[in-house]
Amino acid sequence: MNWIDKALGMHPQALSFRSQRSSVLAANIANADTPGFKAQDYDFKTALTGASGGNVKMLTTQSGHSSGLRDDSFGGLMYRLPTKPISNGNTVEPEVEQAQFSQNAVQYQATVQFLDGAISGLRLAIRGQR
Amino acid sequence: MGITDTFGITGSALSAQSVHIDMIARNMANAQVVSGSAQGAYRAQRPEFSAILNSQFGQGMANNSIFNGKQTDGVMVSAFNESQAPIERQRMPESPMADADGFVYLSNVNMVEEMAFMMEASRSYQSNVEVMNTAKQLMLSTLSIGK
Repeated sequence: MNWIDKALGMHPQALSFRSQRSSVLAANIANADTPGFKAQDYDFKTALTGASGGNVKMLTTQSGHSSGLRDDSFGGLMYRLPTKPISNGNTVEPEVEQAQFSQNAVQYQATVQFLDGAISGLRLAIRGQR
Repeated sequence: MGITDTFGITGSALSAQSVHIDMIARNMANAQVVSGSAQGAYRAQRPEFSAILNSQFGQGMANNSIFNGKQTDGVMVSAFNESQAPIERQRMPESPMADADGFVYLSNVNMVEEMAFMMEASRSYQSNVEVMNTAKQLMLSTLSIGK
């Protein structure tokens, strides 16, 4: 790990995670009227472990083999437990998804701010003056 | 997968919902259409949505209740279903469409139902527009990191 990575801390991975989560939540909202669709979301703890290097992949010996992970490198993608009874097999609750999406957007903005701060700090250190 | 995919996912939802709104408009426009036979009567049409699976894994499982834990690339209109509501006939011998007994066959469009579906479709469309706006703002703020 070089010194720039150290200075930025976990924020780059966090940004990548937030970005990926936003597309999962967008897919939930897009499929709010699809019969049989199961809403998905990340389990934060598992994703955090995956992002901090604890990810275990299956061995692939042929080009067609699955690595056992979806194309999310974080892991922890799971189905949401519905809070209401469902009729057509669709577990998307638009209010829940929208709330989660806004929360994720705010957290994304926060991470962007942290990264921005870290980069400004590095710049200041490099130049030695404002 | 990431914020840039959000635009594609949300875009697919916008186009699916606009197909839904088109169909509602067509149903309401044809509500007063009469026909000379029960087979020829206008039947309300309804789109059926299904999830687009991640292209890497191929399609064909979209209607499975379990998507094997894969992410979806959005939503599409996979089929059009005709309403199975009964066709009513009305005696109208003066109509040029009337059959030998003087009956015309009305469409089975239910206006109240169509209005309810229209509200549902427009709400879905709006929430997807919201998502797209948010994604755009996030993308713009990411572009200005370090400025």
